[in-house]
Amino acid sequence: MSTQPYEVVIGLEVHVQLLTQSKMFCRCSTCFGAAPNTQTCPVCTGMPGSLPVMNREAFQLSLKTAVALNCEIPEFTKWDRKQYYYPDLPKNYQISQYDLPLSREGWLEISDPKGAFEPKRVRIIRAHLEEDAGKSMHDEVAGKADSRIDLNRAGTPLLEIVSYPDLRSPQEARTYLDELKLLLAYLGVSDCNMQEGSLRVDANINLHIPTPAGKVATPIVEVKNMNSFRAVERALTYEAARQYDAWQETGLTLGAPGGHKTTRGWDDQAQVTRPQRQKEESSDYRYFPDPDLVPVTVKPDEVQRVRRGLGELPAALRQRLQATYGIDAYDADVIVNQGRALVDYYVALADAVGDGKRASNWVQQDVLRTLNERNIGIDAFPISAAALAELLHMVQRGDLDNSRARDVFGEMLSSGKSPADALQALGIARVDRGEIVELCQRLLSENPQIVAEVKGGKQKALGALIGQAKRHNPNANPATVREVCLQLIETMSS
Amino acid sequence: MSLCYCSAVELLGKLAAGAVSSVELTRCFLDQIAAHDGTVHAFLRLDGDAALARAAQIDQRRRAGQPLGPLAGLPLAVKDNLCIRGQPTTCASRMLEHFVPPYDATAVARLLQADAVILGKTNLDEFAMGSTTETSHFGPTRNPWDVQCVPGGSSGGAAASLAAGMTPLSVGSDTGGSIRQPASFCGVTGLKPTYGRVSRYGLVAFASSLDQIGPLARSAADAALLLQVLAGYDPLDSTSANIPVPDYAQTIGQPLEGLTVGVAREHFGEGLDAEIEVAVRDAVRVYQSLGAKIRDISLPHSKYAIATYYIIAPCEASGNLARYDGVHYGYRTDEPAMLAEWNAQRRQLDAAGDPRALDKLDSTLVRMYRRSRAEGFGAEVKRRVMLGTYALSAGYYDAYYLKALRVRRLIRRDFDEAFREVDVIAGPVAPTAAYRLGEKLDDPLAMYLGDLYTVSTNLAGLPGISIPCGFTRDSLPIGLQLQGPPMQEERLLRAAHLFQQATDWHTRRPPLTSTRP
Repeated sequence: MSTQPYEVVIGLEVHVQLLTQSKMFCRCSTCFGAAPNTQTCPVCTGMPGSLPVMNREAFQLSLKTAVALNCEIPEFTKWDRKQYYYPDLPKNYQISQYDLPLSREGWLEISDPKGAFEPKRVRIIRAHLEEDAGKSMHDEVAGKADSRIDLNRAGTPLLEIVSYPDLRSPQEARTYLDELKLLLAYLGVSDCNMQEGSLRVDANINLHIPTPAGKVATPIVEVKNMNSFRAVERALTYEAARQYDAWQETGLTLGAPGGHKTTRGWDDQAQVTRPQRQKEESSDYRYFPDPDLVPVTVKPDEVQRVRRGLGELPAALRQRLQATYGIDAYDADVIVNQGRALVDYYVALADAVGDGKRASNWVQQDVLRTLNERNIGIDAFPISAAALAELLHMVQRGDLDNSRARDVFGEMLSSGKSPADALQALGIARVDRGEIVELCQRLLSENPQIVAEVKGGKQKALGALIGQAKRHNPNANPATVREVCLQLIETMSS
Repeated sequence: MSLCYCSAVELLGKLAAGAVSSVELTRCFLDQIAAHDGTVHAFLRLDGDAALARAAQIDQRRRAGQPLGPLAGLPLAVKDNLCIRGQPTTCASRMLEHFVPPYDATAVARLLQADAVILGKTNLDEFAMGSTTETSHFGPTRNPWDVQCVPGGSSGGAAASLAAGMTPLSVGSDTGGSIRQPASFCGVTGLKPTYGRVSRYGLVAFASSLDQIGPLARSAADAALLLQVLAGYDPLDSTSANIPVPDYAQTIGQPLEGLTVGVAREHFGEGLDAEIEVAVRDAVRVYQSLGAKIRDISLPHSKYAIATYYIIAPCEASGNLARYDGVHYGYRTDEPAMLAEWNAQRRQLDAAGDPRALDKLDSTLVRMYRRSRAEGFGAEVKRRVMLGTYALSAGYYDAYYLKALRVRRLIRRDFDEAFREVDVIAGPVAPTAAYRLGEKLDDPLAMYLGDLYTVSTNLAGLPGISIPCGFTRDSLPIGLQLQGPPMQEERLLRAAHLFQQATDWHTRRPPLTSTRP
């Protein structure tokens, strides 16, 4: 990364559909996937005479998000009309927020647990609320130039979160998006489903290139059409390389003639960005305050109330897991990134077991693997934190080794049994220490060459004995076998 | 004819007493319409059968002793920019000629809730933009007092329908004087309520921060009845006021002790016809004779009202009317013809080998927008849309729209200060009485100046009422405007009623025998 002869500069505009039952300015459902134009009314189809009424819930969710993004919340915010003609925009203006958005100047901290980049605060320019447009479907296959409009989506609340150009690599951009998505999930304000369009990302990217004559900047490109976080990362990686090549070829820089901002679309199939057709003149949206809506005032005590109600957010949670349970940053990151429900599971388990590290290992290896295999969430996981804790206690006490415990775990998963019942079902019984001693004595006497090797300092040789012990008695704990054998060998030598 | 000029108050009494049925009454007004609307053209659409059926239903409910609404069985008319479910709502525009709303305006829903019988929809200037009802795509309405004259506008159909005895009540809308000025031109009473008093939901928007629905009637007492039904908070209109509605009918007869009437010197300046000034000053003297104190006041920023209004209203209109583009509903240009034209142009450019000109050729979508709007809107609407689009454009916003908003606040402040000293402000409604058809149609500026005394009421969001106060030498009605503080419709109605108890201007009837045009 540092070998590149340039610095990448990226800012992201993220549109998030809010999880409201109804639309931004009417009571139509926001449910995805209904038959075209069945979730519409005079308001969201822009019928003559209809009037918008603000959805309080959407505003509250936006406020919550803005506060969680450490934004300033002005006391006064208003609605503006952004005017442009498009067939899927029923009123030919979009109700949005122009000069007095509901929030501004925040930040989101991102870091990479593997240390790929230094932790940083990505500054947020603003987060504002607006209504979504409908969807145009162009029947290009038939060649009839036939277009159909579905207005089900028209009027869905959208929160637009605009970052400063603080991101310095496609990977940072990806991390920012992951962190933002996680935050939104913790807040419960959006399901962030990119397939259904509930989260959309546009990126602005250019390069700062040091030259003998000083630093130069390449023209800014807005990249669109990226339909997954992975696509964002790839598109930006491609675009950075393309811009460097273009600069080497043409020397064109930002602000020079022809160096104005352009728009390119990501072609996921071809894995390239392509220029998008645009008007030569810059668009004039003729914003003005929407006289149909009243401005909204937000009192400081309301912001305080929202802040208090946020709950523990990912960044704080990672810190707490590390401090309280002694796990490292990487482990805390894995657990927290799985969402609040898994964190709750982990915390319950760690508290019951009294060993955060052990709980973390089991959650990350066994629990998460099962969730992935079964493609389920922790809420559908059949083993409760209490039951798993019971199992881990047995391991802690030395009643079970990890491998036997995994067998029990498997049995609990498939049968839904308690650890004790699963143990019984598998025929696992607690082995008396006397029994182990007896077994070890026999094995040692049968294997003098191993005893000799161990005496010669080759403790590894014990492995074969442990294997034999397991064959004789599957319930024998390898650690105990090892410990007893070493003791016995020591007495033998003295 | 006999019942056609009865007051709504009286008619409701007769209906309640069983002296007349709603069907009889409805038929009476339908007959009057049939006799005179060929000349007057107050109505764009009549639904006689539906009205009679509804009247019969209400009569039946009355006979059965069922509870009835406050306007039960009373016929009335609605301006054709208010949505009625299942009925065309044209705004007198070719653009909406075939638009049938799937919902009722709140005002209409309230009328139906009150068991009123809607006779039909009245004519207006296209999208309520105009002061004469001549910009209606479906032809002008004529003034019943002189059919060679305009009825005023934009609620010209509403005012004319009352003057011609075609309805006892009419619902209008007022953005810059559209209720008060035609009321004045037609010798009837019209009230523009405080902004927010009546829900705008279902009123096809012209300028959202100025539009207000209100009653037209032949007396203040009748207007009170209608306002009572129309007024009130509506959760479907964010700008509607959540303030209780007083009982206008109950208080209208109460005298106004110690009433102070303000007379603004700015209302009697250049441009005011001498005849109008005399009649208005006489009207003020009537108040004086009734015990009111008269006080001279000043509204220093009123000279900017026209300029301010003709920035703000077109700006909002340009946005509100953007949706009429031929895509969703309403008028769409002849598509095959448009495509043929476009293809021909394209082939020509292709043949000429001019890639730059080809690149500049608009898309078929843009072409459809352009042609639909060019063909669907009339000249006055286009003029205002262009004015607003220009004023909101990058680089002009601050100088026009933002400045206009600032002046608007100053105009409101003038009123706030005036109302610390006076209870109502009396003055002319318009600088002239009704003029001849066509007289100002080609001189928009002259027409705009006619709104001189009415627009500031809208800019300040105040209530204003227009009542008849005399006639010109040519026997055309003259109106008196009373303006009041916010939410003081009650005071205006009482003051107007007081005047109408002492005068008989509002009881005069037009000849209506004049030759057909």
